[in-house]
Amino acid sequence: MTNHWIDIANSDCILIMGSNAAENHPISFRWVTKAQLAGTPVIHVDPRFTRTSAKADIYAPIRSGTDIAFLGGMIKYIIDNNKYFKEYIANYTNGAFIVGDKFSFKDGLFSGYDAEKRKYDQSTWAFKMEANGMPAVDKTLEDPRCVFQLLKTHYARYDLDTVSSITGTPKDDLLKVYETYAATGVPDKAGTIMYAMGWTQHTVGVQNIRCMAIIQLLLGNMGAAGGGVNALRGESNVQGSTDHGLLFHILPGYLPTPAASLQTLAEYNKKYTPTSNDPLSANWWQNRPKYVASLLKSMYGDAATPENEFCYSWLPKVEDGKTYSWLDLFDSMYQKQFSGFLCWGQNPACSGANADKNRDAMANLDWMVVVNLFENETASFWKGPGVDPKQIKTEVFFLPCAAYMEKEGSITNSGRWGQWRYKAQEPPGEALPDGDIIIELFNEIRALYKEDKEATFPDPVLNLKWDYISNGKFDAHSVAKAINGYFTKDVTIQDKQYKKGDLVPSFALLQDDGSTSSGNWLYCQSYTADGNNMARREKDDPTGLGLYSKWSWCWPVNRRIIYNRASVDLKGNPWNPKKPVIQWVVEDGKGKWTGDVPDGGWPPLQNADGTANDKSKLPFIMKPAGVASIFGNGAKDGPFPEHYEPLECPVEKNPLSAQLTNPVAAVYGTARDIIKTCDPRFPFVGTTYRVTEHWQTGVLTRWLPWLLEAEPQLFVEMSEQLARMKGINNGDMAIVESPRGKLEAVAIVTKRLQPFTVLGQEVHLVGLPWHYGWTWPPDGGDSANLLTPAVGDPNTRIPETKAFMVNVSKKEV
Amino acid sequence: MKLTRRDFLKISGAATAGLALSGMGFDLRPVHAFSMELRTKDAKESPTICCYCAVGCGIICHTSTQTGQVVYTEGDADHPINGGSLCAKGAAAYQIAQNDRRITKVLYRAPNASEWEEKSWDWTLKEIAKRVKKSRDASFTAKNEKGLVVNRCDGIVSVGSAALDNEECWTYQAMLRALGLVYIEHQARI
Ligand code: SF4
Repeated sequence: MTNHWIDIANSDCILIMGSNAAENHPISFRWVTKAQLAGTPVIHVDPRFTRTSAKADIYAPIRSGTDIAFLGGMIKYIIDNNKYFKEYIANYTNGAFIVGDKFSFKDGLFSGYDAEKRKYDQSTWAFKMEANGMPAVDKTLEDPRCVFQLLKTHYARYDLDTVSSITGTPKDDLLKVYETYAATGVPDKAGTIMYAMGWTQHTVGVQNIRCMAIIQLLLGNMGAAGGGVNALRGESNVQGSTDHGLLFHILPGYLPTPAASLQTLAEYNKKYTPTSNDPLSANWWQNRPKYVASLLKSMYGDAATPENEFCYSWLPKVEDGKTYSWLDLFDSMYQKQFSGFLCWGQNPACSGANADKNRDAMANLDWMVVVNLFENETASFWKGPGVDPKQIKTEVFFLPCAAYMEKEGSITNSGRWGQWRYKAQEPPGEALPDGDIIIELFNEIRALYKEDKEATFPDPVLNLKWDYISNGKFDAHSVAKAINGYFTKDVTIQDKQYKKGDLVPSFALLQDDGSTSSGNWLYCQSYTADGNNMARREKDDPTGLGLYSKWSWCWPVNRRIIYNRASVDLKGNPWNPKKPVIQWVVEDGKGKWTGDVPDGGWPPLQNADGTANDKSKLPFIMKPAGVASIFGNGAKDGPFPEHYEPLECPVEKNPLSAQLTNPVAAVYGTARDIIKTCDPRFPFVGTTYRVTEHWQTGVLTRWLPWLLEAEPQLFVEMSEQLARMKGINNGDMAIVESPRGKLEAVAIVTKRLQPFTVLGQEVHLVGLPWHYGWTWPPDGGDSANLLTPAVGDPNTRIPETKAFMVNVSKKEV
Repeated sequence: MKLTRRDFLKISGAATAGLALSGMGFDLRPVHAFSMELRTKDAKESPTICCYCAVGCGIICHTSTQTGQVVYTEGDADHPINGGSLCAKGAAAYQIAQNDRRITKVLYRAPNASEWEEKSWDWTLKEIAKRVKKSRDASFTAKNEKGLVVNRCDGIVSVGSAALDNEECWTYQAMLRALGLVYIEHQARI
């Protein structure tokens, strides 16, 4: 989230799309309801009428997988009806930038497409540059090659009739949503978007979100209280685990994983440290070399020196251009490329798309380690349905771990708050905290490398800093401090002295010469000389906006609303004076920011008399140009979002272009990867979702009697019309089948689902929760991911589990 | 000092134990006394954060000072996000702490075996370490086909975990990268 949970209450219009927040993030509704009681309209756009819809002021149905058509129509509405915030677009976004001559868009394809490689040459999407090395701009937004005009042209095709025929949303509903949301385009109003996996789990997932980000920029909603782009993240610490780089493409703190072509740290820094010729751009990533050096210092301690480039050569290098994502990982495991597998607190036998492929893949391993609280379908895959244990050679180690109230440490919520948790009891039996398991396991591994003089490349194993034990136990405080970072020698910075061993007070002080360590620059300030900031429990709220700046701590540097320099005008006055996130206040001739921690302390872009202040910086400090990207030339599938159908879809034609599906979507080719579009055997759209009482694959909820009693087994929801057509009654057992798998589920026949009219035809949609698995409860059903396809977004490789094709029939008894 | 609602409840609770509740028509003292005798009597309170979704609601665990076990969990009334409210999942926190289906021993499943066996930590970690070393050393790629140094372990992969604390995540990734793993993925990708 750019903003945070409590901030939702500050919103003037709440759009919930790609999320069923009332059921899946229930306590968010404390703040949605607070806003609603103050008169804020709440809009829900979703294929199903859920409890979120029931609470909303406006509900609009949408066929799963057509969000870009819906939102593209909103962009057209905003521009045609002059609802956009021109001053904001001209100054704080790249809307005024002139795009180079090589860029074009024709019939669904952007310039630079290579059909053979299924890849775009992104260099054709570059901006036109001036001689001074800065992009050419036209702040009147009238140049036909400026981003704003190209945007207008791009979405001219997204008229109400076309959008409605694709999405199945009635035109009246589209208009109601567009009018209500576009009303936040005035300077003193902000709308917010609450989205979740309903947007990410598509082959156009990134572009779904970019499309909304464009709307937020057109309306001037970024940086403001009650605005922003807000991902409702599904796991209590999925924000933290992402921040700390448990992903193939990033090291902690969003530092790209080094690739083979970057043999030295100097080469790495050169490639990943952006430059800007604009003196008004803070270009924050120019600091990247400091963060990399500090990370390596915290990993390798004294072994990391400037002379050996802080042991950069010890970091594993990926092949250039190769992806090692979840889908790739299981695809390669299926193709017998690995011997060992560590599965730490996750259940891919149920959570992965095309789950049967994952279950098969695990039989190709020599050994695997599963760490969990409860038995699960991954650990026990060798005795799953249809599996003969005698045929499965994989050795499995199941390590029982502590629950969250059985250890101490922090987790980071969706609003980026790092919150400290305390230990309330010992783990049961011989279960151990994960931290102790990691420490002990690596100690054993390291002992083997010490013994074996012939061991392969032992240096990183032997030299990894590993002193996080106090009294024989994993010490979360000691790691939290290492993540924050230390001075590694006595230094003086800006007349202030710091001693070797002092905690670094903020990432602004991190250095690239080895004089600082920091496990994750973004968390620098979380644990300082003042103590453990993540454990703070003070409830002051001086702004009245619910920032609660002394409750826990949030990254970066406790800034509760990021991009907040965009919430003020060029002189530093809040666009919305009633809800000022920050404000430039001049006292005795000296100016300073009040309110939230600003995105940098530089003065506003203009002085009080309207002259430019050359000490200022533009608000989007992480972007080299200092402004937000309406034209996003870093995305793999195009600088503007374009509607494409899901890879499995119910239509043969895309009325917007000749291109039916995303031309660069990630696809895989094993015998297990079967995709069927417009196959009469699979005529209905399928989608997956969650219920309040269960969580993810259910490993941490199915074993809790209170929760299981409330939602005891798999079901499939369908409309009354579809049920009639298939002779299914409410409560019957139904069979749901996709090209990849088959499930039995209790039929729930409901008015909450209605058929869609798509290109003049009736299209039915069914939905299933994905919380179940064969281990427990007996007859509870199995994972809905047995049905979903392992195809992915080209940028993130997140699988398309929200839109695929199925058949349903009544189970004959 | 500003009183939080929680402080207020504590103080007003203490006060009602000593005062006649004249305005209420009947005397709540015995009920109150009885409820205080219940599980949370003398219990130690520890704040925690819900383990399910990323709203990050505060929960208070009450631990019996006699048994050291969590005897009760409730929403943290002071927490600014949830103000004491919890959804069904967070409200079931107690059943994570006290659940006889938790796995409490290390389990091992030998190749082609049909059952789990219980094992000791010592044996298990040593056996896993041997396999990690063997797989790593056998699959280690020091240089790629182009002759570039990559120092990468291509034979072991990891998934997980958004279920770990930050400090554990960081430590885990450090271990994986020291071993040379590149297939490192987790919940954020799906
Ligand atoms: S109590 Fe419910 S809403 Fe709150 S964090 Fe837990 S799962 Fe999320």
